[in-house]
Amino acid sequence: MNGPGVDMSEMSILFTGVLGLIGIGLYGLLVVRNLLKIVIALQILIKAALLALIWAGTVSGQLNLSQSLAITVVMTDTIVAVVGLALAIRVRQTAGTLDVRELGRLRG
Amino acid sequence: MTALLLAGALACALQAVRANRLISSALYLAALSLVTAVLMYRLGAAEAAVVELSVGAGLVTVLFVFAIAITGEDAIAARSPVPAPVAWTLTVLAIAALAILIVPPEPWLAPAAGLPLPELFWEVRGLDALVQVGLIFAGVMGILGLLVERGREGR
Repeated sequence: MNGPGVDMSEMSILFTGVLGLIGIGLYGLLVVRNLLKIVIALQILIKAALLALIWAGTVSGQLNLSQSLAITVVMTDTIVAVVGLALAIRVRQTAGTLDVRELGRLRG
Repeated sequence: MTALLLAGALACALQAVRANRLISSALYLAALSLVTAVLMYRLGAAEAAVVELSVGAGLVTVLFVFAIAITGEDAIAARSPVPAPVAWTLTVLAIAALAILIVPPEPWLAPAAGLPLPELFWEVRGLDALVQVGLIFAGVMGILGLLVERGREGR
């Protein structure tokens, strides 16, 4: 089942957008210093992966398979966010900062 | 319409990374989830779009706001750990490599095929669904472990 009103030019635009989202996520992971923002950058990457999955399902005619995989990705993404946020909270309480540079200097 | 939605998604993602306040970043991320869900719906993936909207835009945003309320808005200097030109170069290289790897061969749009979603999810991928339940349970246990330990130390 291909999506309603979806054509090749739309698919190309979507593919470009997915690459753009991946780029922003990767760039965020490289330049951001706050632990919570690192989780946000990871979330952006996962949104890009989700869109890429649905895009792949649409172009290959296997939309239901890609939907079932996308649902799995959304669940896993939530667990990643929850654990990442819990770890950030814990780090803030023990080290007093969320700055990854400061955390890198910690000793003992 | 797709181009407009994608432009919105890219703008939200960029603002989520660039915003100075964490709460703004969390809200931009929620907006990105919303636009992603609309795009998924437009592509015909209605079930996955609903899950993304409720979990991605709803639950995850609440969790972010909760975490920001606990940790507070840390003022962290804008200077990034990696110099900006290096970061841009690495990003462009990664995207180029990815584009080369995943651009599909011609022809694109294939005819519809495959099983219906409920059968696919609950029967063909039943074991995956079971693992997901285990994963959610492990996540909840992990969070409880982290927070309960903190409670004990607090006493």
